[in-house]
Amino acid sequence: MSAETISRRGFAGGLAALALARRASAQGYAGLGENAGGFAQVTPGKIFSFPGDHGPHPDFRIEWWYLTANLTDANGAACGVQWTLFRQATAAGPQREGWANQQLWMGHAAVTRADTHRFNELFARGGVGQAGVEAKPFAAWIDAWEMKGVAATDDRTLAPLAVNASGADFSYALTLQSDRALVLQGDAGYSRKSERGQASYYYSQPFFRARGSLTIDDRTIEVSGLAWMDREWSSQPLAPDQSGWDWMSLHLASGDKLMLYRLRQADGRDAPFGNWISADGRTQQIAAADIAMTPGAQVEIAGRKLPVEWRIAIASRAFSIACKPLNPRAWMGTGFSYWEGPIGFSGSHDGVGYLELTGY
Amino acid sequence: MLSIRNLSKTYASAGEPIHVLRGVDLDVEAGERVALTGESGSGKSTLLHLIAGLDAADGGTITLEGSEITGLSDSARAALRRDRLGLVFQQYNLIPSLSVEDNLAFQARIAGRHDTAWHAELVERLGLGSLLKRYPEQLSGGQQQRVAIGRALAIKPSLLLADEPTGNLDEATADDVLALARDLVARTGCGLLMVTHSLHLAATLDRRVTLHAGVVT
Amino acid sequence: MRRALWILAVLSSHWRRHPMQLATLLIGLISATALWSGVQAINQQARHAYDRAAATFGGARTAMLVATDGAAIPQELFVKLRRAGWPVSPVVEGRVQVNGRSFRLLGIEPVTLPAEVGNAPSLSGRDFRAFVAPPGETLVARETLADLEAAEGASPEISNGARLPPLRVRPQLVPDVLVVDIGVAQRILNKPGQVSRLLLGKIKGKPAPLASAAGDRLQLVEPSAETELERLTDSFHLNLTAFGLLSFFVGLFIVNSAIGLAFEQRLPMLRTLRACGASARLLNTVLVVELVALALVAGLVGLVCGYVIAAALLPDVVASLRGLYGAEIPGQLTLRGEWWLAGVGISIAGALIAAASSLVKAIRLSVLATAQPHAWQQAQHRWLKSQSAAALAVFAVALLLLHYGNSLIAGFGLLAALMLGAALILPALLEIVLRLGQRRARAPLALWFWADSRQQLSGLSLALMALLLALAVNVGVSTMVESFSRTFLSWLNGRLAADVYVSAPDNARAIAIRSWLSERSDVDAVLSGGRAEVQIEGQPVELLGLPDHALYRERWPLLETAPRAWTQLVPGNAAFVSEQLSRRLDIRIGDVVEIPAPGGTWSVDIAGIYADYGNPKGQLTVNVAALMRHFPQTPQTRMGLIVPHAKIPALIAALRRQFALDDRSVADQATVKAESIRIFNRTFAVTSALNAFTLGVAGIALLTSLLTLANSRLPQLAPLWAIGITRPRLAAIELTKTLAVALFTALLALPLGLLVAWCLIAIVNVKAFGWRLPFHVFPLQLAELVGVALIASLAAALLPMLRLARMRPAELAKVFANER
Repeated sequence: MSAETISRRGFAGGLAALALARRASAQGYAGLGENAGGFAQVTPGKIFSFPGDHGPHPDFRIEWWYLTANLTDANGAACGVQWTLFRQATAAGPQREGWANQQLWMGHAAVTRADTHRFNELFARGGVGQAGVEAKPFAAWIDAWEMKGVAATDDRTLAPLAVNASGADFSYALTLQSDRALVLQGDAGYSRKSERGQASYYYSQPFFRARGSLTIDDRTIEVSGLAWMDREWSSQPLAPDQSGWDWMSLHLASGDKLMLYRLRQADGRDAPFGNWISADGRTQQIAAADIAMTPGAQVEIAGRKLPVEWRIAIASRAFSIACKPLNPRAWMGTGFSYWEGPIGFSGSHDGVGYLELTGY
Repeated sequence: MLSIRNLSKTYASAGEPIHVLRGVDLDVEAGERVALTGESGSGKSTLLHLIAGLDAADGGTITLEGSEITGLSDSARAALRRDRLGLVFQQYNLIPSLSVEDNLAFQARIAGRHDTAWHAELVERLGLGSLLKRYPEQLSGGQQQRVAIGRALAIKPSLLLADEPTGNLDEATADDVLALARDLVARTGCGLLMVTHSLHLAATLDRRVTLHAGVVT
Repeated sequence: MRRALWILAVLSSHWRRHPMQLATLLIGLISATALWSGVQAINQQARHAYDRAAATFGGARTAMLVATDGAAIPQELFVKLRRAGWPVSPVVEGRVQVNGRSFRLLGIEPVTLPAEVGNAPSLSGRDFRAFVAPPGETLVARETLADLEAAEGASPEISNGARLPPLRVRPQLVPDVLVVDIGVAQRILNKPGQVSRLLLGKIKGKPAPLASAAGDRLQLVEPSAETELERLTDSFHLNLTAFGLLSFFVGLFIVNSAIGLAFEQRLPMLRTLRACGASARLLNTVLVVELVALALVAGLVGLVCGYVIAAALLPDVVASLRGLYGAEIPGQLTLRGEWWLAGVGISIAGALIAAASSLVKAIRLSVLATAQPHAWQQAQHRWLKSQSAAALAVFAVALLLLHYGNSLIAGFGLLAALMLGAALILPALLEIVLRLGQRRARAPLALWFWADSRQQLSGLSLALMALLLALAVNVGVSTMVESFSRTFLSWLNGRLAADVYVSAPDNARAIAIRSWLSERSDVDAVLSGGRAEVQIEGQPVELLGLPDHALYRERWPLLETAPRAWTQLVPGNAAFVSEQLSRRLDIRIGDVVEIPAPGGTWSVDIAGIYADYGNPKGQLTVNVAALMRHFPQTPQTRMGLIVPHAKIPALIAALRRQFALDDRSVADQATVKAESIRIFNRTFAVTSALNAFTLGVAGIALLTSLLTLANSRLPQLAPLWAIGITRPRLAAIELTKTLAVALFTALLALPLGLLVAWCLIAIVNVKAFGWRLPFHVFPLQLAELVGVALIASLAAALLPMLRLARMRPAELAKVFANER
């Protein structure tokens, strides 16, 4: 399985791209379908503990800290922000000191408006302090990018946090607040990815309220809105015949949240998964048979056809919406490339969210 | 066939203009053989050069086979020489690095109409058969001039222009060469205009015109 | 098209009848192209190697941050800068010894390495993991693999007992460099947590100011278009290029004379062609096509010869560059497409330049041979006048360059102007001499001798000009080389004062060796020096620490000194400066130089200036104890021993046995001296070879001019023969004439050559290397060169003269029979 086909959340693919020395190429070495030999395995029944699980899990092959934010400026114009830190271990076994450390880190950041999409990426080796994550007080960083808590940051809500990132032609700084607890995805944090045992540990903070400023081409605007953070780690989250996935996080106007993804399989049996998170923080898995994810209009970017519009229906909840991207060209042309951008939806429910398309 | 009207040519020499030709009128019919005589410096060669397009006239017209050549460009004049005129000079002007055979053929070749049969006939009539592989420097004057005449006639020109072709030859050889030239001109049916100061030679042609003080008398 | 081909066939029939002329033309073009492209091939090879070096080292082509105090940079500072948004990448560098040979070990960090670094080892996919994951890999050039005497995949042991990671060949790397992951380099070099410098990538966004992240500990070094190595070796390559250019022009002289002659001879043919109806445009086009075709053929042959020349010279060039500058260049010649194209291009351009005047004449040719040609005297007189005027203008340029010029290019410009001016004025000078001779001559034959020589002048002058240039350059270069050779040898005698030289692999073993030596009775003294490197005003400067010993006071060669110079050195507040550095930074005796040291600035008074030939770096010499106080980290691994002469072999043998030292690490004075002289000689082997080539080309120019002249001279000689001068006598007179003008040219070349030598020594060397040599004149050498010139002229003149002497009377008689 090639790096091209791995993915939800760019994941190790991005780190594989690191090995490609910033020359986007289809070959890689850390395919998620690779045998996880020597790494810790994801098994059901894990008891999550915080702040410890906010920090890295170096025994697992891959891990990420992933934030998306749906914001508006003073005029009500929508925009989106992405901040991601990926970790990948190149070898199993005890952590080696200094430059010999086997962890590789990759940061992705982007801002998206209806008329523009800017992004940047960073790479670093572990062991020397150029990039890393600490659980208490919470801090995730790579070079000058940070996602940082303070002494008063609550381990259960992971708030407040301050986030910043920059590129040649953009930068942003946001503060994140939440009064609701973290949410465990899947089955109490065990997120199954296939019938053959592939899985990850997965929890989220979908209730962030974000506020701050973002600068594009030296023009700074004040923004505020909603943000969603995902934490996920695994050693082999994809089955060999899964080519990529379509993932979305939705902020419903009612205050409810919805996480949905669909793993695309070679045999065409695309398995959908989902969690419905009520405004009060209760979460419920949605049965695969209950979910209908239908791709709509496509755009062509970098030689790939990407379904950026979707129709979603969940019969049991009388949920039926049509999603449209804020900017159909929200392409992350990084070493490992994918589509990631803010969306809006209407129908039985209204709201905003983020869509990610990988493996195209 | 050749019709010259009011042709004039002036050279500047040491600030003093010399009027070489002052309104020459001359006609040569097809197949006609004309001798052009006159004293040294009377403008015979200049007239010949103007007809050959080697130089440009200052006034008047030269019409060859109905087309006027006085206003032609340098390359058009070159094409005219190549395709319709044969030139023979006193100095033979053979190409020293080419053999007799190649010298004979080369104007016809650059004109793009080399005719093998005609070439063979020329060789035969000019008596060059045994000399074909020689180089010009290995030939006598009479032999060289025969090659030059052959070269000029190889394209079957409309008009053969000869400038003192026998000036370097003794009388007997000159008669031989000229007899050959006359025969061949008759054979091809082209006109002949020959500059000569020899009245004896001039008498062997159809007509004689004399140039004096820049006009035909 | 057919028509053009016919005309081409007619035109080229000339060459069939005059094969010697064609040969001359081709030889001229071939020799012009061959030497030029040979030199270019060498320069290109070197430049390519420098580029590789510049890119691999993350060297001068990359912006970087270095420590202001010249010390190592703590790794935390790298992290701090990254976290402040600076796109820096750490590099650790040091030297390691494998099998007694020293290599540069470079530790890089591939993840942060700026993409702009250029030829950085491309680490993709699996290669990346193999490089960074234990045991890692050592990336080397193929040449280095041979130097290491190891196979790919082997892990050679280095002198401190550590092992390199398995070797892996990367063709784009330079020789002499071992590239490993930064962690590996820190471990092997024993520099944990240390970084030598930080490469700076393209800055995205707005990082915090450097000072806020690093204080004043770091300074930014901007990338320079030219690397240090290129700057240093520039003069060497300029030297080669100048020779190449000279040969090129001498070759063009030949081409010019051959084409000029051919044009004159083909003039009637061109007229006939026009009269027969070939248009002027077509004829001119065909003439150019013919020339280009000839140039193409000659260019290709010239390129092959150039390749052979380059391949023959390359080993010496490689040795010189390594010896003089430490520049590593692969010894295997690799040629690129550009080289072939450029070679053919220069051949065609050269042919067109050389033929320009003939072509212009052909284009302006009128069909009728109208204007009476000027009498040759008048024509020659005008030609001499215009040439002399041009010569005076060129001399004026030379004066301006001498007065205002202040660069190496100006120095070479001055040389070129001098030589061009001299070449241009040569025919006028010869004319004056010949006219004087003619005035004094009484006997009729003598009168004819002088008059006829004058008439021949225009035909021979190009060849004589070529001879003058080649001789002058030879005189100049030989004088410079000989001056340098003498100076260098006496300097070497002073500098190599100790009897035995020892270089220990590391400091620990140096200490062991010293204590072992101190217990031996056969060692009179151990002179232990040390070397540190600093940057002064942006220049890399070497600090040489010398112990205070009578031997140095007696023999160390100083060019200028303050009173009691050596005594001033001892307390540590004075230094000597090398001549190069004193010129580069304009330092004089009595000036104060501030040396950045780890413990703060170290101010020293300059008490002396010394010659330091062959050292590309500027150098300051201080007392070794003072050096150790200010630079405590300096390794003291080199030492000189004073040993009674008879005991040297035994001591060396014992040292080798005891400390397992090889030839490179311990040597007696004679060996070191021999090695230095060998490098020195190889440097000038190239110069001598090119010198000989140039003289050879000038000889060919003379030969071909005489050969072509010989034919056209028959009409002049035939009347003399007719009035009763025998053919051998005629030939003897002709030979005497040729030798006389050649001798005069050679004599004229001597002062010009000495002027050239003066320029080389007083201007070019000073600018290029930073040292000025005493100017010596070597009369014997000059006499030798005049002899060589005469022999070359004799050889060139002999063939046409023999032909004349043996010519059948009929041929001479034909002149009268067949004069056209």
